[in-house]
Amino acid sequence: MLRRRLNRLFGRDERRVDSRTIYVGHRPCPATDAFIPPKFCDNRIVSSKYTVWNFLPKNLFEQFRRIANFYFLIIFLVQVIVDTPTSPVTSGLPLFFVITVTAIKQGYEDWLRHKADNEVNKYLVTVLEDGRRARKESEKIKVGDVVEVVEDETFPCDLILLQSSREDETCFVTTASLDGESNHKTHYTVPDTEKGLESLSATVECEQPQPDLYKFVGRMHIYKNDQEPAVRSLGPENLLLKGATLKNTQKIYGVAVYSGMETKMALNYQGKSQKRSVVEKSINAFLLVYLCILVSKALVCTTLKYVWQSQPGQEEPWYNQKTQKEKDANLYLNMFTDFLSFMVLFNFIIPVSMYVTVEMQKFLGSFFISWDKDFFDPEIQEGALVNTSDLNEELGQVEYVFTDKTGTLTQNSMEFIECCIDGFQYKNRDSSTELDGFCVTDGPVSMLQQKAGREEEELFLRALCLCHTVQVKESTGQEDGVGDQVDGVLGLDGEMVHPAELRGFIASSPDEVALVKGAMKYGFTFLGMESKNMRVMNRDKDVETYELLHVLNFDPVRRRMSVIVRSKCGDIMLFCKGADSSIFPRVRQEEVDRIRMHVERNATEGYRTLCVAYKLLSSEEYAQADAGLREARLALDDREAKLMAVYNQVETGMSLIGATAVEDRLQEEAAETMEALQRAGMKVWVLTGDKMETAKSTCYACRLFQRGTELLELTVRTLEDGGRRREERLHEVLLDYHKRSWTSAKQDYGFIIDGATLSLLFNSSPDSSHYKSLFLQICQNCTTVLCCRMAPLQKAQIVNMVKNSKGSPITLSIGDGANDVSMILEAHIGIGIKGKEGRQAVRNSDYAIPKLKHLKKLLLGHGHLYYVRIAHLVQYFFYKNLCFILPQFLYQFFCGSSQQPLYDAAYLTMYNICFTSMPILAYSLLEQHICMEVLMSNATLYRDVAKNAMLRWSPFLYWTLLGVYQGLLFFFGVRFLFSNPALQDNGQVFGNWSYGTIVFTVLVFTVTLKLAMDTRHWTWINHFVIWGSLAFYMFFSFFWGGIIWPFLRQQRLYFVFANMLRSVSAWLVIILLVLLSLLPEILLLVLRKPRWPHSRQKKPLVQSGEGETQSSARPLLMRTFSDESNTIL
Amino acid sequence: MMASSYNAKEDGHVTVPGGGTIQNKKPDNTAFKQQRLPAWQPILTAGTVLPAFFVIGLIFIPIGIGLYVTSNNIKEFEIDYTGTDMSSPCFNCSQSFSWNSTRPCTCALPFSLEQPFESNVFMYYGLSNFYQNHRRYVKSRDDSQLNGDTTSLMNPSKECEPYARNEKMPIAPCGAIANSMFNDTLDLYYIDPNGTRIQIPLMKKGIAWWTDKHVKFRNPGGNPNLTSAFQGTTKPINWRKPVYELDTDAENNGFINEDFIVWMRTAALPTFRKLYRIIQKKNNMTPTLPRGNYTLEVTYNYPVRSFEGRKRVILSTISWMGGKNPFLGIAYITVGSVCFFLGVVLLIIHHKYGSRNNTADIPN
Repeated sequence: MLRRRLNRLFGRDERRVDSRTIYVGHRPCPATDAFIPPKFCDNRIVSSKYTVWNFLPKNLFEQFRRIANFYFLIIFLVQVIVDTPTSPVTSGLPLFFVITVTAIKQGYEDWLRHKADNEVNKYLVTVLEDGRRARKESEKIKVGDVVEVVEDETFPCDLILLQSSREDETCFVTTASLDGESNHKTHYTVPDTEKGLESLSATVECEQPQPDLYKFVGRMHIYKNDQEPAVRSLGPENLLLKGATLKNTQKIYGVAVYSGMETKMALNYQGKSQKRSVVEKSINAFLLVYLCILVSKALVCTTLKYVWQSQPGQEEPWYNQKTQKEKDANLYLNMFTDFLSFMVLFNFIIPVSMYVTVEMQKFLGSFFISWDKDFFDPEIQEGALVNTSDLNEELGQVEYVFTDKTGTLTQNSMEFIECCIDGFQYKNRDSSTELDGFCVTDGPVSMLQQKAGREEEELFLRALCLCHTVQVKESTGQEDGVGDQVDGVLGLDGEMVHPAELRGFIASSPDEVALVKGAMKYGFTFLGMESKNMRVMNRDKDVETYELLHVLNFDPVRRRMSVIVRSKCGDIMLFCKGADSSIFPRVRQEEVDRIRMHVERNATEGYRTLCVAYKLLSSEEYAQADAGLREARLALDDREAKLMAVYNQVETGMSLIGATAVEDRLQEEAAETMEALQRAGMKVWVLTGDKMETAKSTCYACRLFQRGTELLELTVRTLEDGGRRREERLHEVLLDYHKRSWTSAKQDYGFIIDGATLSLLFNSSPDSSHYKSLFLQICQNCTTVLCCRMAPLQKAQIVNMVKNSKGSPITLSIGDGANDVSMILEAHIGIGIKGKEGRQAVRNSDYAIPKLKHLKKLLLGHGHLYYVRIAHLVQYFFYKNLCFILPQFLYQFFCGSSQQPLYDAAYLTMYNICFTSMPILAYSLLEQHICMEVLMSNATLYRDVAKNAMLRWSPFLYWTLLGVYQGLLFFFGVRFLFSNPALQDNGQVFGNWSYGTIVFTVLVFTVTLKLAMDTRHWTWINHFVIWGSLAFYMFFSFFWGGIIWPFLRQQRLYFVFANMLRSVSAWLVIILLVLLSLLPEILLLVLRKPRWPHSRQKKPLVQSGEGETQSSARPLLMRTFSDESNTIL
Repeated sequence: MMASSYNAKEDGHVTVPGGGTIQNKKPDNTAFKQQRLPAWQPILTAGTVLPAFFVIGLIFIPIGIGLYVTSNNIKEFEIDYTGTDMSSPCFNCSQSFSWNSTRPCTCALPFSLEQPFESNVFMYYGLSNFYQNHRRYVKSRDDSQLNGDTTSLMNPSKECEPYARNEKMPIAPCGAIANSMFNDTLDLYYIDPNGTRIQIPLMKKGIAWWTDKHVKFRNPGGNPNLTSAFQGTTKPINWRKPVYELDTDAENNGFINEDFIVWMRTAALPTFRKLYRIIQKKNNMTPTLPRGNYTLEVTYNYPVRSFEGRKRVILSTISWMGGKNPFLGIAYITVGSVCFFLGVVLLIIHHKYGSRNNTADIPN
């Protein structure tokens, strides 16, 4: 770390420029006068935190940065320094235990990291040095080295691809370990470098390291025998990232540009921001209260002590003189140390063990999620994944669910449904794939009906075949590739080979595959690329070749992509496909009108629509575009913006040739899940980048919008209705909706907003906050909110807005794609679906589940239980320590406020560690106050724990009062018994340690039995642990009091416990006090109880009735009634 | 900085269960992992708790009555001999107290018992406002010295300060507790109806815990000659005689003197009593202490005036539950009645509203 800082200080900062220059193969270039080999960091990856030398200090430092540990350290130090009533061991031992265990765990993890680092760093790679191949350890690679990588090896650092063994100057790479996308990506060599690497003399100029995996800008100057240097632009397609694996290519050579900790992989492994759960916030609040109690107790005692001492003869009676040192001490210093002593005496009220238990509970508890077989999806052979265990209980607190549409609500397995060419509709459906029977009546039409002119049809189909970035899977030659990635399905062990399709397609988006396959059904087959030529087999089985000139990539802002191809006959054509909103403005209006109707109808039916346009480029136009594109690609700064400008310039004046409709089917049980979530009181927001109509129909299909739901729509369309300025209209509409949604409580409302309006809402400067609050208030009254046309950042914005709104509700985001990452990270809980759009969402999520339907069990089942468990755990801990310490506090009134502990040191130490820790841990792991099935089938039960119900102030007050009541009872019950300390039948008397032991025995029994009473789910583990810890207490007490302990100067408890058991009175008082302590609990339980059996028996019946009527239909029939009628405009 | 943020796993961020290794593996279908362990799911309803309330009531009330009666049958007589009042015979002794006086001050308190004490009588001394449970006091002892450890004998624990050494000599027994040992001598005389004083024999054995006397407290060395065993130590400052002269009986001398052991068991509360002597019942015919007049002769050595303490003597008989204490009996009767009452209330509630919820347990 220090080295890196130094690097930054000396190595980099002096050349604080925006780009770095690399000499390929460290060869000086003619252009530069003096060759100064620049210094870059070496290729060592350091993911470990510690070395052998700094482990102890650094680990300790890190551990004591946690506030709880620090607090206990302070207590410990006070005990060591000041003469305190309890020995330092009582708090030192638990602290030592906690610290040691954590240190061992972290040390082990770090050792694993060291091992992994070494594996990477010592890996032998081949480097070309002066024409010779040399084996080197990976960590010794320097920037500028030319590195050889063979197939299936990972790249040792970020490389610029110079030479590939493949003929077409490409190589294939999979970045599965970087972003989880396991499809093969094509990377290209820099032109003109492939020949003669030994003599290559070139420099690479590229930007400074930055973490974005998909961005890279650079330039390569190639010097050839005193010619003007050739300049080649470098983009992400030339950069091979460390961590990615070479596939389907025998070997490549590349020059290292970024090494070690400056590689994009290393820069990307930022620790996720840590999410804190509300429970933790509650704990902290309670801690504060208890800290106040603690301090005030200590203050009261200190005051009392000095008041008491001021009476004559009390401070220093003849029988209890102070030592000379004590006499000499300063009064105020004495007061302070007394205060500290009291703090130490009462510090057990905030136990170390609570933190340990909470952590253990969370850690062990999260196993149950990954163990749950209901989360196992046989298709992808995976179960749920828990990335953090800190948020288990938060799953039971969700109020807002933000869900992505594509891939989350819908399956993202695309199927080409129909197309529309020149205004005529073409349909091609297999009845087998149809679910609702709506279209089956039309009869399957397998042949293209001759409606539009053949020329238009073919143009359209060619467009489909050409305008994409799909690769054809090569099934020959690459053994390992078989069955790996087909159809864009990124299954890991994918057995996804469709038997019908011999040809597999690989693409980053399933839409494209669906389109290419759709074209194939109509007779146009894409055969693949052959060195920049796209080969298409047409209906007459002739192979047409098109030279691919440019690909104008898809991006979510433009929402379209284009290709420029040159046909055999020399025509240069541009094909463009994209969302209607981005295509329509760029084509002629009369064409739009013909197709718009189809597009909208398709969208309402829940299909994803794309419009296809085309343009014939004259050679001048092309030359201009070509020059523009090349120039923009070479630009080092603002390349994106420049490219965008050129793209926009080229993609104008096109003619619309048709539109496609692709169906994205609903996920299994999507509707049931959504319904359950809504019944559980959660508000579901759908955030999608898709069109409004499509999204709306999905919402209907998922029953997020019901038949009776009144839709409030706030989109560009509604705003433009009045013909006035949008801002004015926005205000008006907002007010109207606000009034409406607040007046009638019975009506269900759904709210629809689109991205453009949302940014208007957020950005209209003066009234923005006012609008926002209006918007929020409307949304709070709506059961469902649909936000369509959202950019990823807007999704996060919305989540953030809701998260920070009044009452700071708990939000949950669920999504499967890279575009959901921002909202997954933003929400309190991020859930990733192990879907088809790569693994980025899963990586960034807190929990990952294979299917949407698992969300129901995750929230209603696990979430609810975890919440109840941990809430009970926390309350119980505070309670049991309150009634532990309260008698000790009360005892101060009877011992001259002298800090005399009531309990023996062993009891003080063991209480939280041994006697009462295991039952609550078992409870917090196994308790099912209502069994899982009931929770699942009766979603409304979720509302019982909503809004942190068990950790609010009133339950806290209840537990605290219970603790106080019991503490008072314990102390005064025994106090009255001790008004005559002759408690044995032989007339002998009991002393102060007997007093403490009786109180402690009552305490341990009461606290354990209280937990036993709260336990609703007695497994053998609960029995074992509860009765076991009571037995252990008895055993320990006998043992501890049964021996004269060597090396101890005080034998306080010698035979105290055994003598106590010989006294009938002690037995009687213990039984009496335990019973009396639990009496109010029992009463409350009995009076409160009838609710549970009621909900247990009644609700499932109702539910099963509902389930039958609703679950079967997959309501695409929603399409049939016009949604316009429900929309208020 | 870089290196620490490089890790996916942060501190406190508990490691990922189920990650990596568990992937691609179907979770085990065991009852534990699926949270389906067979479980007993008790539900407390009015129906199940009702009988319990009645049972508790029915058990507690008799016990309470028994305890109360037992406690009431215990005879207890208490006499304060502090001597704060001018009228008190011990007034002079309490006023003229000095640690150095060689001549012991004695006083005699007459009292009479209205009722005879039939069984064994236990004689306690009681002190008030004496903080034996003060922290500085409680810890001021050395149990290993008292256990006969010779090194501790010569090197008392520093907890004993300022009573660890006297002029470089180790104090045996050290500490504030030992130093302040109760040293009044109490004698009891029965005044015969015809005027003769009969000294009542007081037994000083069996007043300390058996384990204390035989295990916890031991004289140093195996030396029967205590004087030499305690060679090199000095007596506690406030003691009149050294520890090896506490009693003439070798079995009750030194650290194993029972008066000493009793004193060393620190009391729980500032008002306490300690067992002083036992008056054994002679035979079944005569009561241990017959009705009549008595005199308590006190050798007044122990000063309590400085801290406004009180001294008293308690004569008490003992039952199976210990000394006289009505608290337990009353508490049991109260709790029993409350339970019974609650049972009745619940029964009414149960009958009126909750008749549906008869199901006690729902089996899993």
